[in-house]
Amino acid sequence: MRSAAKDYETVIGLEVHAQLLTRSKMFCGCPTTFGAAPNSQTCPICQGMPGTLPVINRRAIEFGVRTALAFHCTINPGCRFARKHYYYPDMPKNFQISQYEEPLAEHGWLEVTVDGQERRVGIQRLHLEEDVGKLIHDGPLETARSSLVDFNRSGVPLMETVSEPDIRSPEEAAAYLRAFRAILLYLGVCDGNMEERSLRCDANISLRERGETGFGTKVEIKNMNSFRNVQRALEFEVGRQTEALARGERLVQETRLWDADRGYTRSMRSKEFAHDYRYFPEPDLVPLTMDRARVEEIRAGLPELPADRRQRFMRAYTLPAYDALLLTQSRALADYYEAAVREFARPKIVSNWIMSELLREIPADDEKALAASPVPAKNLAGLLQLIDRGTISGKIAKDVFEKMFRSGEDADTIVTREGLIQVADTGALAAIIEQILAANPKAVLDWKRGKKAAAGALVGHVMKATQGKANPGVVNSLLQEKLSQL
Amino acid sequence: MQDVEHVARLARLELSPEEGERMREQLDRILGYIDKLRQLDTAGVEPTSHAVPMVNVFRDDEPRPCLSPEEMLANAPDRSGEFFRVPRIIED
Amino acid sequence: MRGGAGLSVSNPLTESTAHELVEKFRSGAATPSAATRAYLDRITALDPTVRAYITVTRERALAAASAADERWRTGRPKGPIDGVPTAVKDVLCTKGVRTTCGSKILERFVPPYDATVIERLEAAGAVILGKTNMDEFAMGSSTEHSAFFATRNPWDLSRVPGGSSGGSAAAVGADLAAAAIGSDTGGSIRQPGAFTGTVGLKPTYGRVSRYGLVAFASSLDQVGPLTKDVADAALVLRVIAGHDPLDSTSADVPVPDYAAELSRPIAGLRIGVPKEYFVEGMDPEVERAVREAIEVLQRLGATAEPLSLPTTDFALAAYYLIAPAEASSNLARYDGVKYGSRVASAKDLIDMYSKTRAQGFGAEVKRRIMLGTYALSAGYHEAYYAKAQKVRTLVRRDFEAAFSRVDVIVAPTTPNVPFKLGEKEDPLAMYLNDIFTIPVNLAGLPGLSVRCGFSLASLPIGLQFIGRPFDEATLLRAASAYEQATPWRDRRPSLG
Repeated sequence: MRSAAKDYETVIGLEVHAQLLTRSKMFCGCPTTFGAAPNSQTCPICQGMPGTLPVINRRAIEFGVRTALAFHCTINPGCRFARKHYYYPDMPKNFQISQYEEPLAEHGWLEVTVDGQERRVGIQRLHLEEDVGKLIHDGPLETARSSLVDFNRSGVPLMETVSEPDIRSPEEAAAYLRAFRAILLYLGVCDGNMEERSLRCDANISLRERGETGFGTKVEIKNMNSFRNVQRALEFEVGRQTEALARGERLVQETRLWDADRGYTRSMRSKEFAHDYRYFPEPDLVPLTMDRARVEEIRAGLPELPADRRQRFMRAYTLPAYDALLLTQSRALADYYEAAVREFARPKIVSNWIMSELLREIPADDEKALAASPVPAKNLAGLLQLIDRGTISGKIAKDVFEKMFRSGEDADTIVTREGLIQVADTGALAAIIEQILAANPKAVLDWKRGKKAAAGALVGHVMKATQGKANPGVVNSLLQEKLSQL
Repeated sequence: MQDVEHVARLARLELSPEEGERMREQLDRILGYIDKLRQLDTAGVEPTSHAVPMVNVFRDDEPRPCLSPEEMLANAPDRSGEFFRVPRIIED
Repeated sequence: MRGGAGLSVSNPLTESTAHELVEKFRSGAATPSAATRAYLDRITALDPTVRAYITVTRERALAAASAADERWRTGRPKGPIDGVPTAVKDVLCTKGVRTTCGSKILERFVPPYDATVIERLEAAGAVILGKTNMDEFAMGSSTEHSAFFATRNPWDLSRVPGGSSGGSAAAVGADLAAAAIGSDTGGSIRQPGAFTGTVGLKPTYGRVSRYGLVAFASSLDQVGPLTKDVADAALVLRVIAGHDPLDSTSADVPVPDYAAELSRPIAGLRIGVPKEYFVEGMDPEVERAVREAIEVLQRLGATAEPLSLPTTDFALAAYYLIAPAEASSNLARYDGVKYGSRVASAKDLIDMYSKTRAQGFGAEVKRRIMLGTYALSAGYHEAYYAKAQKVRTLVRRDFEAAFSRVDVIVAPTTPNVPFKLGEKEDPLAMYLNDIFTIPVNLAGLPGLSVRCGFSLASLPIGLQFIGRPFDEATLLRAASAYEQATPWRDRRPSLG
């Protein structure tokens, strides 16, 4: 029996808004600092006072072009800003300066990896606009008697990127977002923080019968504030829509909000009010032309991007695909890895240590925390050198790493102070081994009768007696020697 | 004009029924005059949004001092602390 | 006596032009304080009748004048209009001085910043007397659409001074300011200039910064002077013109010394006379005065040739889509949240918005917001807004073609002399008053109105000069030559 779910294909398109890391706002000189006191980062321009006029931030345009090039988009030879009208109290002018018919860039793609499979997801358009202010409701919106407005965020540059409806599963949507975010971080155009809303994602999702080329009824999902929530919300929605269709219901085109606490989406309950944004070219700004030479200059200045770096890691360091993907997730992590490998040229060992130890402490995409890691790449390399030289054992090294992470000290300092240096002195070890052999006659007997595994237990006793500081290689060969002499 | 109420709603203007009716009459007369534009063939004509064509006007990404919240809130019809306050929001 | 007994309101200082005043300051024959006091006295005596001012900034003016006294005394004037008592249309933001735009919705709005034009005036030493009345949000041609009161025409108090800069025009026309600043979106400087017999100059779009000018229609608005004579217009334009990094549409074009251009003769100047500006239904007295003015210009050595601007008849219709469309957008911000008035009781946000705007805006503003919203709305955008923008291209091309043959175009400023208050109740009839000024805004060109005679009823008539982009110098030169060659400048209204 074929289950109903198998008859449908999921079609997802994502709209991502990214706050650009400019120093000042999109159209005025107010700083873009996050978390300042309410209404302290505003001026007559970003508060839309009568008579004020916008002036375009040059760097915001450059950031847009950089990103568009990284997404393989065509930069339009001309673009312009337009006014998008709707009334909402977080929007001081009751129109948003955005782009409409003439966006900055179009027709790009992004490489997405799911289950080791690479796919291209098309990018329809990329444009720039201004962010709105922040509303604080007196309780839930539905019951709040009043709301408070803070315009600090109003006018912060936003880059909106709309994907083609090329995404086929919630998992792929999450992968798209990860790849998207990684590129923004590599480019240094956005800090990618979804919790602080500097990166936001809305999704359009519909189902269609497999083999169908048209689209089903589209539902817009909002209010997803992490990668995980995007995936969860979409998974929920696939289930909801599949069940509805299986029951023979007709879906309605609507906007639904993801409720992360309860784990479901709910309709915004608004009457489906057809928005009429009444776009027209922003008369207070003049059109932009994209000088070919300047675009090529920006292209030439692009850093190595995640996909290229991943390929290079596999080639140059002969890393497995999994390691390369993980290590290139953020620029800070990939930089960390390469810095460590420069000091300690055994790429796979460095990769193992980063994946198992460093990433246990710091998320792979936390650029700031990685850059400020209490164990800098040089110190990790120092630790690995101690193992390599036989100064400490791998097991002790793990404890040392943790101590390094807590204290910020380097490996040498900790190992020396705590007397963790491995005992490789054959004289000292020989004496300990003699004692162990004397104390464990049964194990010795077993060994003599051919149970060679008994040696392992004896090594264990030696390690215990030396509090792990004995060099296991040296212990082993000394022990073999003694046993065969008995 | 077909739908005076719809346009008034888009423009967030409350009109009494009488006002709406008077508005419709006046706008119809004005639109009747404007209809003369149909006589003019504009096929292939580029629109002009600025009479004096200019391109590429920017400012450098330099932060400038803001005004104080007190200055920014001085004209507020209603406030709560350092925030502007608005009545309850009902989505339309 | 309207002037009020005991006050000597007629004063050589208030009858002086700005450049004459500056000469008196230079020679020590008068001081800015004396001039400012003379104007303030005259305002006290006459403005209750003329009603040109919404706000008089008496203390600030006296303080600014006394600082100017000191500069003149020590021989270090700030600029060419240092100490000149100047009125400013209440559409320009003035830091710490309420800026109403003639609207109830902004009745208590006190901007925390100055418009660039205000900064430039003050940097040049101008003494700002106050803020003048206007049609609400500059929408109108009579100043009757002010939310506060109507301004009277100094030549006939039963008539309108024109609009929307009617307060500024009446202030200069009635000697209640030595010079004034207005704004012109479809004729709002030139038409009241013509109606009050003052010189009104709308500069090229982009010539004067719009930063701090409360927007009506952003792609059409320009700030310019209203003055007692052409030389004063040259002086004031020089002060307020020039590139402003705060206005992206402000042109980075050098500003000539206009006053120095004025003395150049106009012999050989090629003047175009568009046949579409002499239409059936216009006042024959206006037509006669303008035709005579063209003969004067010819006698001064200019050549005149007829020409055609075929799209003229469509310009008004295009304007009444473009300007309201932009206005509907610019005025969306008046919603009772950040500034301006808010209705006391509203059941929710949308109710608050709709009621605040219904009570805060007057009928004409609401009409234009409705018209503009409609022109931009889904289903009508192409037929109205987009079509109008294409017609605008045709209007521009007409002028481009004309200016390949002539240096300046001469036409009437308005088809009629000033009308009576309350005479034009029908909005469309009011709009038709602007048919000769609107095409100039659509094309972004400079236009100047200068007095060219009087009707039998002693009402002033305006002659309009239209020039190439950024060629205000030629307009000023031609208008000045005309003004010098005719006796019209000598007449003043009898107000007391």
